Order: sequence, then structure tokens, then C-alpha cells
Amino acid sequence: MLEINNIHVAYGRVKTLYGVSLHAKAGEILCLLGRNGAGKTTIMKSIMGLLPISEGDISLDGQTISNFPTHEIPRRRIGYIPQGRRLFPELTVAENIEIGLMTCKEDHHTRDWVLDIFPILGERLDQLAMTLSGGEQQMLATARALCLRPRVLLLDEPTEGLQPSMIEQIRQVIIRMKEEGVAIILVEQRVDAILSIADQVVFIENGRNLETMDADTLRANPEILTHHLGV
Amino acid sequence: MDFGPHLLLASLEGAVAAAILALTAIGLSIVFGVMRVVNVAHGEFYMIGAVIAWWVASIVGTHPALGFVAALVVAPLIVGMLAATADKFILQKIDYDPDRTIVATIGLLYIIQQITLMTFGPEARPVQPPFNTRLALPWFEFGENGFEMYWPWGLSITSYKLFVIFAAIAIMLALWMLMTRTKIGLIMRATQQDSDMAKAFGIPVNRVYSWVFGLGAGLAAAGAVLVVPMQQAHYLMGHDPLLLSFIVVIIGGLGSLPGTVIAAILIGMSDGIISVFFSPTLAKIIATLVVAMVLVFRPNGLMGRSN
Repeated sequence: MLEINNIHVAYGRVKTLYGVSLHAKAGEILCLLGRNGAGKTTIMKSIMGLLPISEGDISLDGQTISNFPTHEIPRRRIGYIPQGRRLFPELTVAENIEIGLMTCKEDHHTRDWVLDIFPILGERLDQLAMTLSGGEQQMLATARALCLRPRVLLLDEPTEGLQPSMIEQIRQVIIRMKEEGVAIILVEQRVDAILSIADQVVFIENGRNLETMDADTLRANPEILTHHLGV
Repeated sequence: MDFGPHLLLASLEGAVAAAILALTAIGLSIVFGVMRVVNVAHGEFYMIGAVIAWWVASIVGTHPALGFVAALVVAPLIVGMLAATADKFILQKIDYDPDRTIVATIGLLYIIQQITLMTFGPEARPVQPPFNTRLALPWFEFGENGFEMYWPWGLSITSYKLFVIFAAIAIMLALWMLMTRTKIGLIMRATQQDSDMAKAFGIPVNRVYSWVFGLGAGLAAAGAVLVVPMQQAHYLMGHDPLLLSFIVVIIGGLGSLPGTVIAAILIGMSDGIISVFFSPTLAKIIATLVVAMVLVFRPNGLMGRSN
């Protein structure tokens, strides 16, 4: 579904990715693991067109999307939940959801669908996003991305700073999206929270693919984690 | 005239100045708030609005009211389109880099000014007000026979000046509705808060910027159309509104629309009152001093937030 072929990316003059390749398939969770600064978030931003690619390409169902303007990427139903949530803080919950719905054709039905997944947001519709708790903000960030009815979902550290009950709720949503056939790329520091649901794991180090393996292999050989991540 | 009626007269003049200033400054504020662009050419969009108002009014010409109404519609539209084009072909090309946008808009200022001088000429040209009845105003005083009303000589305002105040309020209310009640406003507010995330959710941010730049310039032009029956159109008339708009936007808080309106009322009213009792120069000196004080004691302005 989503293929990343040998991409090179730089922040200004500082090069951060040196030929990364990935393949996310429908109904599978591809988990990116690596130390801080390895380039995981850069990969996510590059997929969304927020960082320019100097070499390589990104394609969705065989069509190159890396030359599209950024605002065309979500119209291909690629949803993004960025690190730190990046909600529109001074918009209400309802307005944040409406922004997510703008590229969706069946918006009324989708709105009910996301509020059904996160009922607590239905009780907070008129509240400013910045006044929500951390967990509610993560729900809103997830709901906003789901409003695109994504075929590909990018989640950058979705459990960061959340309490265990909230982590479980987010995890259940990820499982549900996987079951609905969404291709999921997940960046997560809390390996324990996501390893059980991942299908494929790619270790990233210094902006390069270090190793790609089935999640089953990693679950059977946890010492690999210690070897690559020191955890 | 006694002090009381004299102060009322000065306040009314100040209210007219505040209304025009609020419209012009909101245009500057909205551009800075959404795009983070300091538009040094803003005063020239105001000037062009006045010149187009004169041009439209002189073409339509059958009745002053008809010409004025046509100018109020056409001038902001033309100026808005001109600004949106300038955004597309100048500001987008330099990627909205803060330093380069200042230099680019300074260049735009001189280009607009000199083209106007070459085509419109150096003369100041009047536009007839659509109506201009002088309305005498009453004054109330507590005298020997209790509360008394009388009509002091010279205490009056023209119907057109009253119209300017109400028209400016109506335009600002319409803008407020646009920003808070419509999808376009929602898109503008989202872009203002996080342009990268706006793009990541399908908002064509560059197109939004063109619209916002056009809207800001259109508001300045609307202010100019309202002012031109009281103050003639001239190719150098953009300087004072630019300076006062910057003062208002800094005092109100960069990018804050409510702050801009409050600051425009403060500066416009004080400008009107000080100009009547003392001199317009003193009014400008005091306004500049207020900016200096605000920058020292409240660097983010009355309603601005630190980034």
C-alpha cells in the first residue's frame, strides 16, 4: 500500500535520513523503533510532505505522492497523529473535529463514527482543545485523524505521557483500525505497549534502516531489543 | 463653547478617527496574525482604496450616493485582488521569510506609490459624501431649575460622520461573524494556530494566505473609502494610517483582533481629543510614547500572548 523507497531528507543543511525504505501493508501495523534522534519522526513528517525529500520517493498504491503539495497528502486518506498531538489549541473540540472532516465527503456520518469511538469528546464539544487533559487531547488528536477515514494511519508516539488506562484505550483503537484494513505506521518509545499488536518491526538508527523483522521474531527474541535499543 | 460640549465634540471626532483606524489596523493585524507577515505596504493599499474610490465615484457620477456605494463595493474588491496577486507572485516566492517580506513590502510600497503618482497625479482629489446634513447636538446641565437641555452653538456632527462610525462597526461585526461563524474563518484560525498541521489536514495554506492578504488590504481600502469624503485622495495619504495602524497593532497585541479594536478606540479617541484641544502633532507624539511604554511594561501588548 504505502511504499517508501530509499528516501533522503535534510533539515536545512543537516541531513537526517540516508536512504530509508519501508513498506506498510493494509491491515498491518509497522512499528518503527530506534533511539531518540534516529529519524523516526522525520520519516513520518516526510510521508506527510512536511519535509522535502532530496532523493527517493514515496508511493501509495503505486502512485508517487512525494511530489504532491502537503495539503494533497491527507486527501489520499493518509491520517497523521503527530508527536505532542499538535491540536489547534484555541479551537474547540468540535472545531478540531471539523478541520479533520474538511477533506472527508461523508462528514456527518464520520463525525458520529468518531464520537462513537471517543464518547467523552461528545461531552466536551464546546471546550477549547488546550483545556483538555492529556488523555483527552490524545483522543482528540486521534479522532481528528480518523475523520479522514484513513487508509494509512501514522501515529507518532501516541501513548506519550498517558496513564495506563488511556494507553489501553488508544491501543484498542489501533487494533480496531488494523482490523478495518488500515495500514498503520507506528512510532513508539513504549515497546511493551505495542509489540504485542505489531506485525512488522523496523529498527532505525542514524537515519538508516538497521534491521527489518516480523514482530513474532522480535517477541520470541527480546534480546534483540536490548541489542538495538539498550532496553 | 464650554468645556463639556467641547469635549463631546472632540470625542465624536475621535470616534470617527477610531472607527477608520480600527478598520485599517484590523487589516494589518489579521495579516500578521495569520501569516506572520509585517506588511509595510498596508498604508499604500489604503491609499489605492481612496484613489479607486475617487475614480469609481467620478465614473458613476450621476448621484454622489450612487458613486459612493459603488466605490464602497468596488474599491475593497480591486485592492483585495491586487494584494492577493502580490502575495502569490512576491511573498509566496520568498517563502514568507520574515526579513525578506519586510523588504519586499517596502518595495511594494514604493511601486504602488510611484505608479499612483504617474497615473493619478500629485493632486489631492475630493469625493462627495453621499449625504452630509449637519446635526445639532443637545447638551444637558444641572442648573437652577434642575436638569436643563440646551443647544450650544457649534456642537454638531454631520450625518456622514455618524454613518462612518456605524459603517465601520457593521464591517467589523461582519468580519467577526466571518471569523467565528463560518468555515472560511475556521480555516483561517486553524492556519493561524499551526500552519503545518493545517496542511496535514488538507488546508491549502498558501491559498489561505493569499485570501488573508487580500482581506487585510480590502479592509484598509474600505477604511479609505469611508474617509475619502472627509479627507481628499492623495498619493501620499498612506503614511499616517500605516504608522497609526502599527501603533494600534503593537498596543493591542500582535495578531489579536479584540486587542486591535480596543487599542484603535484608545488611540483614535485620544488622537481626536488631543488634536481638538492641543494639536495633531502632540497627539502623534503621545501615541508614540504610549507604544514605547507598552513595549517596556507589556511587550506583548494589551491582549497579545507570548510565543
